Amino acid sequence: MGSAHGSFQQLAAEPESAKTLRDGSRIAVVGAGPSGSMFSYFLLNMAEATSLQLNVDLFEPRRFCHRGPAGCNHCGGVISESLVQRLATEGIVLPDEVVQRGIESYTLHMDIGDVEICTPLEERRIAAVYRGNGPRDSEPMESESFDGYLQRLAVDKGANLVQRLVTDVSREGDRMRLECADGFHDEYELVVLASGINSRLTADLEERAGGFRKPAPTKAFICEFKLGREVIRETLGPSMHVFLLDIPRLEFAALIPKGEYTTLALLGDDIDEELMQRFFTSPEVKNCFPGGKIPDHVCHCYPRMNISGARPPYADRMVMIGDCGTTRLFKDGIGAAYRAAKAAARAAVFHGVAAEDFEAHYWPMCRSVQVDNRFGKLLFAVAGLIQKARFARRGVLRMTITEQRHPGKPKRMSGVLWDLFSGSARYREVFMRTLHPAYIKDLVWNLVAGNVDRSHPPAVERRHGTH
Amino acid sequence: MARLGKQYSDGEIIVRQGEPGNCMYVIQDGTVEVLAIRDGKELHLRDLGADDFFGEMALFEEATRTATIRSKGTTRVLTIDRKSFLGGIHEDPSLAFRLVQTMSHRIRDLTDRLARYEESG
Repeated sequence: MGSAHGSFQQLAAEPESAKTLRDGSRIAVVGAGPSGSMFSYFLLNMAEATSLQLNVDLFEPRRFCHRGPAGCNHCGGVISESLVQRLATEGIVLPDEVVQRGIESYTLHMDIGDVEICTPLEERRIAAVYRGNGPRDSEPMESESFDGYLQRLAVDKGANLVQRLVTDVSREGDRMRLECADGFHDEYELVVLASGINSRLTADLEERAGGFRKPAPTKAFICEFKLGREVIRETLGPSMHVFLLDIPRLEFAALIPKGEYTTLALLGDDIDEELMQRFFTSPEVKNCFPGGKIPDHVCHCYPRMNISGARPPYADRMVMIGDCGTTRLFKDGIGAAYRAAKAAARAAVFHGVAAEDFEAHYWPMCRSVQVDNRFGKLLFAVAGLIQKARFARRGVLRMTITEQRHPGKPKRMSGVLWDLFSGSARYREVFMRTLHPAYIKDLVWNLVAGNVDRSHPPAVERRHGTH
Repeated sequence: MARLGKQYSDGEIIVRQGEPGNCMYVIQDGTVEVLAIRDGKELHLRDLGADDFFGEMALFEEATRTATIRSKGTTRVLTIDRKSFLGGIHEDPSLAFRLVQTMSHRIRDLTDRLARYEESG
């Protein structure tokens, strides 16, 4: 941010002026990942509905049609069940070219057995996608990247795509000034930062503007294995494979089948070589691959993940959305980007672009996500205890298998695991379900029954895969 | 390739008139027929295609389905749960905008049809 602008509070202390968007207002959106593109799309949609003429410049130097890191936004690429439904309700039906694979079940792997948790409707409502155009050195794909698709929606709606790297944002009188790496600069009535967790813009803002705290990151690991469609069909099927293993600092690990490839995502507290070594040598992981042998990965990255939101994620004529603002802990980051994009667009179109407008109409959404993340931390802490306690794993596995074997039986444990893995429900809702007396009664019973007779471990329950 | 939604074959009934419902559907791919059954006879109301939705009245009413939806060729359809939809509306009322817009178009269409029917009768 411009050094002449003093504290963050001063940044927000613009004199009361026309802080609403009017016909001809200019908006700069920095970053055309899901949050930036969806913000542009929804802002222009709402403006159209209210007969407001807005000019949106969407700044993104990358091209999502590129393979490998150049076109990728580095994430597991899972669109949750709830987001797929919401987008469809909005009229954004994900086309077949974007969906690498529809996921219809989760397979939970533990040292004591594994179980497949199926969606009650037997319908594929979770989408595995690529954020770019596939892994490094992969064959050119006929498919389209998810980020590229959303960017196209925004452009079709009227956003002007500007392929420049924004290097600085500052205040210039009653307007915001943007500077780009190539010397280009321009002024806007509103700047929307959707530049992700790695952006230097939020780091600069923290350095120069007191009172602002950028999001806190942790390191994840993502890689791609080329297995081929046929092998994926035989070994993994349309199921996402999740691992509950006793490996310190590992919060979540999943194999996500896509077209020719399978994505592995490891999330936790600063994933490092030691943790990865333990993970890759686990029999539960090896057994998911043909012949029990893990092939070399063709593309990998250590993306940073937002585990604590920016504060405050707004100022006069500026708002931060997506990973550089507030996102969900570990799960459904794209769903959180959608919610943030819509909330910020609603605030800007229907209320105004002053800090107090965003505080009243955007911040409550961010706060609810941050509160929910506390429940998420609690749930992942409990999952960590289960990872460490074999007797608890036996109870969880037995209860889940029993529920999956009897279609009419309430799916209490299955539902909790499904929503925890898929990120489809809020963490608070999932947590509250674990306090239900019937859930506790069933869990206690299964903990006892699963540990009394260990000579007959529960059968492995999977519809997909050969193992 | 495993895509989103559930696949229905030609002639398969997706929703049956008179049955209870608690979800709506968005067509991912293909075409469906909307049929009203009166005195055992099928009355073809309209066809719906990709991106269209049906069954939305079940989200707001406890009543039974008012029409039968039949797959015309192979179709793929995505289910939208009532709980998921209403939860979304609670958080973000603008989520209902497209639904209301489409329902408004359908009311307009029905009004036109009724007017023509009254004229001819």
